[in-house]
Amino acid sequence: MVRVMLRSVLSRKLRLVLSGLAVVLGVMFVSGAFVLTDALGRSYENLFATVHQNTDVQVRAGSGSDRPDGPAAITAGTLAKVRGLSGVASATGVVSVDGARVVGADGKVVAGFDAPRLGSNWTGEDDLVRLRSGRGPDRAGEIVVNAGLAEAAGLRVGDRVGVLTTRPKQVFTLVGITGYSGGRDSLGGAHEVSFHESEAARLMLGRPAVFSAVDVTAAAGTTPEQVRDAVRTALGDSFRVRTGAELRKAETDEFKDTLGFFTMVLLGFASVALFVGTFLILNTFSILVAQRTRELALMRALGASRRQTRNSVLVEAVLIGLFASGLGLAAGVAVGYLLAWLFSTRTGADLELASVAVPVPAVVASFSVGLVITVVAALLPAVRASRIPPMAALREAATPDRPLTRLTVAGSLVAVAGGVLLVLGLTGDDGTAVVSVLGGVLLTFVGVALLTPILARPVVGVIGRALSWSVPGKLGRLNSARNPRRTAITAAALMVGVALITGVTTIVSSIEATITSVFDKELSAELIISGDPSAGRPPTFDPAVLERAREIPGVTGLAGDYTDVAQTLGEEDNITIISDLPAYARMFNLRAAEGTIGTLGPGEVLIDAARATRHHLRVGSTTDVRLARGKPRTMTIAGIYADSQTTHGLILPPNLIGELRVPQPSWAFLDVADGTDVEAVRRQVDALLADSPEVTVSNRSAFVGQQTAQLDSVLRMVQILLALAVLIAVLGIVNTLALSVLERTREIGLLRAIGLRRGQVMRMVTVEAVVISLFGALLGIVLGGGLGAAVMKTLESGGLSTFAMPWAAMGTYLVLGGLIGVVAAVLPAIRAARVNVLRAISYE
Amino acid sequence: MTLTATSGHATGQAAPVAARADQVWKVYGSGEAEVTALRGVSVSLERGAFTAIMGPSGSGKSTLMHCLAGLDSVSRGTVHIGRTKVTGLGDKALTRVRRDQVGFIFQQFNLLPTLTAEENITLPLTIAGRRPDRTWFDTVVDTVGLRNRLRHRPAQLSGGQQQRVACARALVARPEVIFADEPTGSLDSRSGAEVLGFLRDSVHRFGQTIVMVTHDPVAAAYADRVVFLADGALVSELHAPTADSVLDTMRRLDAGV
Repeated sequence: MVRVMLRSVLSRKLRLVLSGLAVVLGVMFVSGAFVLTDALGRSYENLFATVHQNTDVQVRAGSGSDRPDGPAAITAGTLAKVRGLSGVASATGVVSVDGARVVGADGKVVAGFDAPRLGSNWTGEDDLVRLRSGRGPDRAGEIVVNAGLAEAAGLRVGDRVGVLTTRPKQVFTLVGITGYSGGRDSLGGAHEVSFHESEAARLMLGRPAVFSAVDVTAAAGTTPEQVRDAVRTALGDSFRVRTGAELRKAETDEFKDTLGFFTMVLLGFASVALFVGTFLILNTFSILVAQRTRELALMRALGASRRQTRNSVLVEAVLIGLFASGLGLAAGVAVGYLLAWLFSTRTGADLELASVAVPVPAVVASFSVGLVITVVAALLPAVRASRIPPMAALREAATPDRPLTRLTVAGSLVAVAGGVLLVLGLTGDDGTAVVSVLGGVLLTFVGVALLTPILARPVVGVIGRALSWSVPGKLGRLNSARNPRRTAITAAALMVGVALITGVTTIVSSIEATITSVFDKELSAELIISGDPSAGRPPTFDPAVLERAREIPGVTGLAGDYTDVAQTLGEEDNITIISDLPAYARMFNLRAAEGTIGTLGPGEVLIDAARATRHHLRVGSTTDVRLARGKPRTMTIAGIYADSQTTHGLILPPNLIGELRVPQPSWAFLDVADGTDVEAVRRQVDALLADSPEVTVSNRSAFVGQQTAQLDSVLRMVQILLALAVLIAVLGIVNTLALSVLERTREIGLLRAIGLRRGQVMRMVTVEAVVISLFGALLGIVLGGGLGAAVMKTLESGGLSTFAMPWAAMGTYLVLGGLIGVVAAVLPAIRAARVNVLRAISYE
Repeated sequence: MTLTATSGHATGQAAPVAARADQVWKVYGSGEAEVTALRGVSVSLERGAFTAIMGPSGSGKSTLMHCLAGLDSVSRGTVHIGRTKVTGLGDKALTRVRRDQVGFIFQQFNLLPTLTAEENITLPLTIAGRRPDRTWFDTVVDTVGLRNRLRHRPAQLSGGQQQRVACARALVARPEVIFADEPTGSLDSRSGAEVLGFLRDSVHRFGQTIVMVTHDPVAAAYADRVVFLADGALVSELHAPTADSVLDTMRRLDAGV
């Protein structure tokens, strides 16, 4: 029996390739994600092993957060204490903090691709760090950089190099270039600037003669664990003491967490691909079962049981599932490794890539996902096959179309259930919210997909009429209406992709509209100094710019905005310091809810109404605040400001600027007198920013544009990845058309015999494809717009007040939907046009 | 002409008939679209005989055969195959009846294009999970003269050869009864005569029971007995027919009705 089925599968392998392709693509994402994570994970594990090869035990300041520039720095006294412990062979005070930004020849900060830009103290050569050329810094004002940075910035020994630290730009002399053990130019793409020890702490930690960490080597005969325990006992709880192995593990785990997010994204797209693929497989199998009705009925007449018939279809599904999973796994290994390679070479990560490996979970996940999807999708057609009566072997006629009532009722129920789940997920705020949102969207898709057959007749009729001005057009329209189930499910596959894209576009355009309207409402500043906040730590600029900008004629108000993370109200929270609070309040339309929000005296603090309510604070209440480089202090609430979309959290007085991690402003807002040429003022401010390459000055509309630009690029990324779902749907249309053309060989031959030209046959097939794809695109746009609207509606209370339908984008998607139909029709149309008239008429 | 309608008494242990219909009615559709295809047909098909069912188009001959073979359900009355009462059986039991007791030969051959002649012949055994009896298989293959064609695919065989494969497929499982639905309908007269010859031989040499629906008097003349249907009822029957006597009967029935 199995042999009979195998033979049957092999004879139709070409028809099954297309349906298998969807599984291949989905599985490729799954295994690609695993392989990428594995390759990068092991590569970074090697890297961290190198970084900590000399460290037996490391001491870092702070007990909780892993921030290397945390609140407490390590003093010389602590270092001396560690040195004095028994079992410690040597202890080196290390400054190694993110935030040393080198200014390149073009006046811009050298891009670092998310890797840290470390500023450190030169502690001489060791097993890890070697000078490749030049020498170490002998005095303040001299630096060495690693070879990776030197290459990226085009630096040579002897160059004068501008570096931004916690201080504004200063110029140093490059005296040496270093490399790392194993011939590495950099450690995972990190830039490192090593300063002379006399100034490293002041530049990177904000005060002299402190360290961010102490590297300890154990004396012979002492294990790192013993040293760790000894240091812990000696220093107490305010320090983190770990062995090199623990550090390596912690850093690897932290990195894997980051990768985990990436994996989730890849798996997300894998699920979209597989979900759409399910439709494709379901449809292919349904068509194949319909075409094999006679054959299956014959088997039944010859004594095959229902189970045997059902299993014969399922065996096919298993075979395709296995084959496609295998291909997908192989493709995923290639893609995963390619991505890892691209990551290591093209993003400046400069990573020595670990060898290729196919992790066991990748294999297990690939095959189980691929098999389950294929078999589940084939289940319905298989059951239908088992219901074919043996009598069908003796009859010519196809099985009559069953009524759509049950399907419609089921579809409505599922769609409503999906909608309810979606709303529940969006309004609930516990951990299950994401699951129920995803489940809701999924159910909605399935429900609407079940409803498509009933929608197909009227909608396809309308779309078709618009296209049927000629005889081939009319034939194509009639063909697409011939089997509403087939048309519907093919269109439903396209619907999913288009709906997701439209939904995301709707949400993004609404968020953009919200941002724009918030700034329109709340921000009245004419000019804004700001940088790209996506680069990790907020960009900063020289505070001297604030003083000089205020003196530009026409500038009537200027507020510099400093920001940092601090310990307040029992947690880590963002805090703000404003150089000129009244000007800021005017430009941001900030109003007092309680007390006054004028100038803050020392020890006074402002808070927003929401936080005040949450923490039961009134004017005159006190709260504890600890800044990154300060001591804990108790401050008094001087005023509570009304909730605003642009300003949140504690606002502290300017006398505390010195206690910020970086005592430099991140933004500045300028008011200009009426009648002044704003552009002229902008150019003057721009000139002041020559030494602050991380920020630019722009007028209000350009600034608002920058705030939404980032969302645009996110949208573009999502669109590209979701286009894959559309691509799979296109395969579905090709597949359906190819099978339909095959099924109608005789009919096409007849049409050709009575005078339809080749071109007309092609047009007939193309119209059918365009009708299907327009139907799918239309469904997707309506559904996606609806889903997007539902999401925005429920998030309204969360401040996303403006709802904007992306009409232009939706129109574009509809046009693209039509084009997709034309593209999908090419191969089936050629095939239909090639039908041999004589042979077709005698075709059995 | 005498009508051999069975009285409906229970048959003895030895089951002298291979298949039997008792007062079978078959009604399709309902309301205005109601069509009565069979009206109280009773017929017994003796074991080891070659019976032909004849009648004009729409007489119900194919419906009668489908009902006798358990492919179609009856509206009223009962059908037995061997000692099994087919009427009222569930799908599983019906499947077993088709697998073990019934063989089919179709007008359109209905061979699986992907299988060789040999694989097509043994297909019913494959489905049932049984091994073919080699001696019997050889006997059948030699009888239908396909020894040299066993490795060929259906597309490489002529119509006559394909139908001989179908005959062999029906014979190889040694069913209680073989139902043949216009087996020569798609063949030229020479191939048709060959196929009919095999069918008659298998009845006489191996004691196989065969029921054949046909509208061709020449084909019917190969049978031991011909029953005539008109308007869903049994109207006449002939034993040891010749082409001429069949034709005579048909003419008489045409004129009479």
